[in-house]
Amino acid sequence: MNLDSKIPSGPLAEKWTKHKFDMKLVNPANKRKYTIIVVGTGLAGASAAATLAELGYKVLAFTYHDSPRRAHSIAAQGGINAAKNYQNDGDSVYRLFYDTVKGGDFRSREANVHRLAEVSANIIDQCVAQGVPFAREYGGYLSNRSFGGAQVSRTFYARGQTGQQLLLGTYAQLSKMTSNGGVTLFNRKEMLDLVLVNGHARGIVTRDLITGKVESFAGDAVLLCTGGYSNVFYLSTNAKACNVTAAYRAYKHGAGFANPCYTQIHPTCIPVSGDHQSKLTLMSESLRNDGRIWAPKKAGDQRSPDQIPENERDYYLERKYPSFGNLSPRDIASRSAKEACDSGHGVGPGGRGVYLDFADAIKRLGQKVIEERYGNLFEMYERITGENPYRVPMRIYPAPHYTMGGLWVDYNLMSNVPGLHVLGEANFSDHGANRLGASALMQGLADGYFVIPYTLGHYLATSGQGKVSADAPEFKQAEQEASERINKLMNIRGKRTPTSFHRELGLLMWHKCGMARNEKGLQEALDKIPAIREEFWKNLFIPGSGSEFNQSLELAGRVADFLEFAEVLCTDALHRNESCGGHFREEYQTADGEAKRNDADFTYAAVWEYAGEGKRPVLNKEPLQFDNVSLSVRSYK
Amino acid sequence: MKLTLDIWRQKSANAEGKMVSYEVDDISPDMSFLEMLDVLNERLLEKGEDSVAFDHDCREGICGMCSLMINGMPHGPERATTTCQLHMRKFHDGQRITIEPWRASSFPVVKDLAVDRSAFDRIVQKGGFISANTGNAPDANAIPIPKKDADIAMDAAACIGCGACVAVCKNSSAMLFVAAKASHFGHLPQGQPERYERVIKMVEQADAEGFGSCSNTYDCEAACPKEISVRHIARLNRDYLRASLFGE
Repeated sequence: MNLDSKIPSGPLAEKWTKHKFDMKLVNPANKRKYTIIVVGTGLAGASAAATLAELGYKVLAFTYHDSPRRAHSIAAQGGINAAKNYQNDGDSVYRLFYDTVKGGDFRSREANVHRLAEVSANIIDQCVAQGVPFAREYGGYLSNRSFGGAQVSRTFYARGQTGQQLLLGTYAQLSKMTSNGGVTLFNRKEMLDLVLVNGHARGIVTRDLITGKVESFAGDAVLLCTGGYSNVFYLSTNAKACNVTAAYRAYKHGAGFANPCYTQIHPTCIPVSGDHQSKLTLMSESLRNDGRIWAPKKAGDQRSPDQIPENERDYYLERKYPSFGNLSPRDIASRSAKEACDSGHGVGPGGRGVYLDFADAIKRLGQKVIEERYGNLFEMYERITGENPYRVPMRIYPAPHYTMGGLWVDYNLMSNVPGLHVLGEANFSDHGANRLGASALMQGLADGYFVIPYTLGHYLATSGQGKVSADAPEFKQAEQEASERINKLMNIRGKRTPTSFHRELGLLMWHKCGMARNEKGLQEALDKIPAIREEFWKNLFIPGSGSEFNQSLELAGRVADFLEFAEVLCTDALHRNESCGGHFREEYQTADGEAKRNDADFTYAAVWEYAGEGKRPVLNKEPLQFDNVSLSVRSYK
Repeated sequence: MKLTLDIWRQKSANAEGKMVSYEVDDISPDMSFLEMLDVLNERLLEKGEDSVAFDHDCREGICGMCSLMINGMPHGPERATTTCQLHMRKFHDGQRITIEPWRASSFPVVKDLAVDRSAFDRIVQKGGFISANTGNAPDANAIPIPKKDADIAMDAAACIGCGACVAVCKNSSAMLFVAAKASHFGHLPQGQPERYERVIKMVEQADAEGFGSCSNTYDCEAACPKEISVRHIARLNRDYLRASLFGE
């Protein structure tokens, strides 16, 4: 597998500028001759589609939703980082770069992260110009707040709905470009496969979710902006439809899948309430600005929180990490919560929860200020749990939330399959082993607005590929294979529902490959997954037919891919004999329970290559080189 | 809890639909309304029957994908709550619950409880944006925006595009949806250059999609899960009038 990262030469801060000049351009009159296929219309997809259409490319944009505005970027609550230094508190491009590399536990590419920090300021400018109603101070200037893993205030926000407002911004731009013909939008069409011609990604096969029609679309390049794979755990904070299918199909066509074991478990989610649970709800990390996390000092303490006096509470994050306290990074906060619960200090049903308490903040600032900052989050919490967090501390527990791993891409966001570009959460590039809060929105928009519009032109100008149409035999064959797979799923006619398999897989993954992993557990998972998969292909039941709106069939196709992908994830987790960021191997920890990296052996991106049906994936390595930051033990003490 | 559900079943857009009754027991008050429907669907599938189709995705009240008329109310009886955030503790044991799709001819049924809301996309495509190509933007703090205006813009921008306002309206009017978008941009300096053109074009498209006119009964505000105020409709009307009279 060719893993040339194509990192430009020269000093870190000049690489992107130099690269922009070195890349070939496509002349404006020629841009309209190129058709670009964009799959997914979240922050990365919609911003890329709109911007490429503005430049003059012909864009075909696909979403399985009924409208691009439903993409799960919409659910991001807290904010978006940018190195604006509006607060005059010492922020800079270099500091954002450094925080992100350190936050990622030194497992990301320096050059990519620096570029991300560089364009972060442009993103805020662009969003404000589009009418994104960011929070403002009384003087009319933009307001900021702090997020985990940073000691400066660089997070821009729109109440607790930042993702929504940013997505609606990109959706508006996408709509503008749809009305003038630059973008052709396809709603309720799900990508089922990638089509390669002459080794280059040239199109996709889709299924119309309303009519069931399987068809294909051809273009000059394919952009996958299809999000992450947290739903491999079944219960996660992802939307129900989020899935790995598009990325996994690309993987089966030869695209490398990088670092799948880097999964992020978000520390502040509402705990599971019962077996009926269909998804988990996140409470924004911004709550940790004012909320204090604690558990009872005494194990098994059943008293209600107001009966537990101050000196019998353990504010464990403040105790263990005094300089970052409640704003410690996500992986650390999550593991600490698990540790508290595992040692019997958990609260609520089943002891799987800790308190997030606002009593002090309300005393200090008054309820009105807290309402203004977090009102909608408090309401949401009350709706779900029936408890009023102004009076009773919230109960929280970690939940799968984001996946740092994804398809391998070079500096140009192109995978090792020529023409196949991967943006946003679907790629692996910027967050290393752990993503800092408010950085996902930043990366999705950076990729779509400010990176791909430059790098895609270079590919088109140099690829030397001619035109293809969707009538080419490669497309017809891919369509036929997709149809056959649908028929195969429909014709199992067994007894079990797609959801029951998804739950079974998810539970196994959460227990054996979740917040903490060990060799024995991972081996067990690797033994059990094929058995679940076998049962799936023997005993699945889907009602109706493939030629109609069939939500069971949609789900079954996605679960089938999760059942294969889960093995890649566990294989990666098993091979990485170290703990770093979101990947915590119990065998590799310090005496006080902190993650222990092994830089000598594992300073590389693990890129997995599909080796064929029933074969273990093949490991390829992209060594990570750190010329600017020195690898250190990540300390938030 | 044990419940009786009367649910609208319709195989496809052109098929004839009918209400079908289902008994469900062992429902926990901690379930969300959609989790209760999940339970029903799993049981139907286990019996080899077709599950009830309904739209949903984020299940945290923000994507706008879920819908449902629950006992005649969009998103059910709770104020400021989407169906996915409605919990069964708001119902009582033995209750009979009627579940129907959005009622509006501009939102045709896809299957059972799922409807096609692409008319909203087409309205936004006509003018629900600020034409600011990537790369054009000045520094974000170059134009201060009074906090009050930014807050009103945000209130309006909170719309999730679910369509409850249309579903509840006796005229199937999309006025609250259109007004929220127009008011969001109309309150920001960046939205001024296209302010009047935007209003005219979006209202024209809403008419073309077959949404009715507004007769000021304010049901939309009551049904809106994000509590978007009808004041935005007043602003929309003012801008529309000005644009029509003075050709702005």
